[in-house]
Amino acid sequence: MKDLIVKNGRIIDPANNFDAVGDILVRDGVVKQVGTTVSAGPGSEIIDARGKVVCPGFVDLHCHLRQPGYEAKETIATGTRAAAKGGFTTICCMPNTNPPLDNLPLVEFVKSLAEKEGAIRVLPIGCITRGRKGEELSDMAEMSGAGVIGFSDDGNYVKNARLMKCAMEYSQPLGLPIIEHCEDPDLAIDGQMNEGIIATRLGLCGIPNAAEEVAVARDILLAQLTGAHLHIAHLSTKGSVELLRWAKQRDIRVTGEVAPHHLTLTEERVLGYNTAAKVNPPLRTKTDIEALIDGLNDGTIDIIATDHAPHSLNDKLCEFGAAASGISGFETMLGSLMNLVATGKITLPLLIAKLTSGPGRLLGGRFGSLTPGATADITIFDPGAEWTVDSGKFISKGRNTPLQGETLKGKVILTVFGGAVVFTDDVKTP
Amino acid sequence: MIRSEQIEPCAAAEHSGAWARRHVLDIEDFSVPEIELVMQTTSAMKEILSRPLKKVPALRGKTVVTLFYEASTRTRGSFEMAAKHLSADVVNMTAQASSVTKGESLINTLNTIEAIGADIIIMRHPLSGAHYCAAPHVKANLVNAGDGWHAHPTQALLDLYTILNRKGRIAGLKVVIVGDVKHSRVAHSNIWCLTKMGANVVVCGPPTLLPEGLKTAQLLFPGIGVETNIEKAVKDADVVMELRLQKERMQSGLLPGLRDFIAGYQLDSKRLALTKPDSIVMHPGPVNEDVELAADVLHGGRSVVNDQVTNGVAVRMAILYLLAGSREQ
Repeated sequence: MKDLIVKNGRIIDPANNFDAVGDILVRDGVVKQVGTTVSAGPGSEIIDARGKVVCPGFVDLHCHLRQPGYEAKETIATGTRAAAKGGFTTICCMPNTNPPLDNLPLVEFVKSLAEKEGAIRVLPIGCITRGRKGEELSDMAEMSGAGVIGFSDDGNYVKNARLMKCAMEYSQPLGLPIIEHCEDPDLAIDGQMNEGIIATRLGLCGIPNAAEEVAVARDILLAQLTGAHLHIAHLSTKGSVELLRWAKQRDIRVTGEVAPHHLTLTEERVLGYNTAAKVNPPLRTKTDIEALIDGLNDGTIDIIATDHAPHSLNDKLCEFGAAASGISGFETMLGSLMNLVATGKITLPLLIAKLTSGPGRLLGGRFGSLTPGATADITIFDPGAEWTVDSGKFISKGRNTPLQGETLKGKVILTVFGGAVVFTDDVKTP
Repeated sequence: MIRSEQIEPCAAAEHSGAWARRHVLDIEDFSVPEIELVMQTTSAMKEILSRPLKKVPALRGKTVVTLFYEASTRTRGSFEMAAKHLSADVVNMTAQASSVTKGESLINTLNTIEAIGADIIIMRHPLSGAHYCAAPHVKANLVNAGDGWHAHPTQALLDLYTILNRKGRIAGLKVVIVGDVKHSRVAHSNIWCLTKMGANVVVCGPPTLLPEGLKTAQLLFPGIGVETNIEKAVKDADVVMELRLQKERMQSGLLPGLRDFIAGYQLDSKRLALTKPDSIVMHPGPVNEDVELAADVLHGGRSVVNDQVTNGVAVRMAILYLLAGSREQ
């Protein structure tokens, strides 16, 4: 393998508190040297990153690759390539496939598929309960042996509090988090969008903030009781951020994530019955967005995770009430979030931390850094490049984006996974 | 004998140039002049309905399909009657909303109906906004005969016409809408239509049946009064409109029971006495007698419930007529 040298980029590596212009040397798929000028040996590949940001490959703790079962929406092959285009080198896929990932052979199947067909690293998440039905625990220990990074019934809340308590107790010695989709199903029943005047105007059944918050509150208390690690998926409300902050002040083992769309888009996007803006939890209000951003800034929210949820055309080309929930998010993640940096809401190093060292830490510190000796997962992006979202050009099979036609600033131009280039932006290829 | 073909085109024909609408999906996007045009056209249709031979050739050779994904007696019958008075051929189709899950999408269904030869499709659908999803994909004119909790534009127009007919004006009237406002497309469309025309609208119902967010300052929904006490709400009202109460509301825990609803929200003669002496009583039907309206109020002199039904045919004739005109341009 040729040496790879990334020259003159602004290297931001939050795990090592590093932010300076310099070079990176990659040898044999491993980060060898960071920061100081590297002189190119014969035959080494050189990437000029002048004016660009160079950082660890992004780590996504929450995405849907749809395989097995929903290959019309996405496959591991297309999903991992879309993720690479978005700057990701490690992604964790949710188990709400068909059949759901609730046992060892299925986890092995996804892993082998990812090995054969995936462009980047795929780490599966196993179900908390068998079939995601919320009735009995899945084979958690067995799946942990096969390398799942946590347990989640994502899409469903584990409604039975006693079962959730058992799941937490059971997961604790395995050293893996329970990743909970916090949504009280009774409060959210028939819900299509955020509860409020827009839902009223559209005649759609609303989902109140409390549907999420009562679930967050219950699980925080169960985490306190059991001492297990609870990771709350896709926080969307101000109240949830406050609950998480409360829990962290009491040293309860809780972490939380937020999705790019909940940081950037409000419920107004649904007007006109725009099914592309139908997502669960629903897009909320400006007040919620501000609280979520505060939560990122003060460390209450640990990470940003895409909740990439690809759907086929027909899943969305239908009545709003019949449309599937979810946003295809890999390929717009950086561009949409860079607007928060441009408007001074968050800093660039913080954004990168929430996409690299933050999720890396939740994965046991294995990924998300440029520490010498680490696997060379590197993302290079142009923070100033403007581009227009054209879902027709998505690599993901899911063209379901509410950002269609919008101009974003900030574009991944090169993704390196294990020392090999897995994505280059067509226009910028040297 | 007079043949229907000899009857002159109705008086509204000269106005049809002001009508640029291909579909009627909603009432919230109607302009005041458009609503006024519908009112004028409706009057012309009323005149036709008063003739011994209630048929004009305006839609001769056109096919109107009613496609109902939800049960309906009066709305469907009213549209069918309206289309027939205009000499259209009418085909009634009933569909199962579940066919969506069985693989045929709404858009495919509508395209099939168009392929059969529909010029105008009148659709009722249980999901809010279904017509918005369908409209960009159909060439026929699409008329919303009710979608979910969202809109029922022809009901709002016929209610407006009925009030106008009785009161001679809309601006400044106090109109109180009572009952299950939250789940009522009739209430929603009436709020848009009546406030646009200058009425002061108050909604009244138990807290669980009032829509969310009405009290927040916003520009996304008309400003209306909200009241949970019916005596306060109906005081000095010009119009009281009671809404139909669905039995499911009790089952789903939104209401403790019928008795409680009746005690709190039925319009009886005592409550009617709090309104203006010349007030009128409305209901979109079908009425649960002695639930929303006390029997003596429903059948009393202030009730215009039957007028609403009659005017419904004329309003729907007007809408079909205007749409057919737009199609030819």
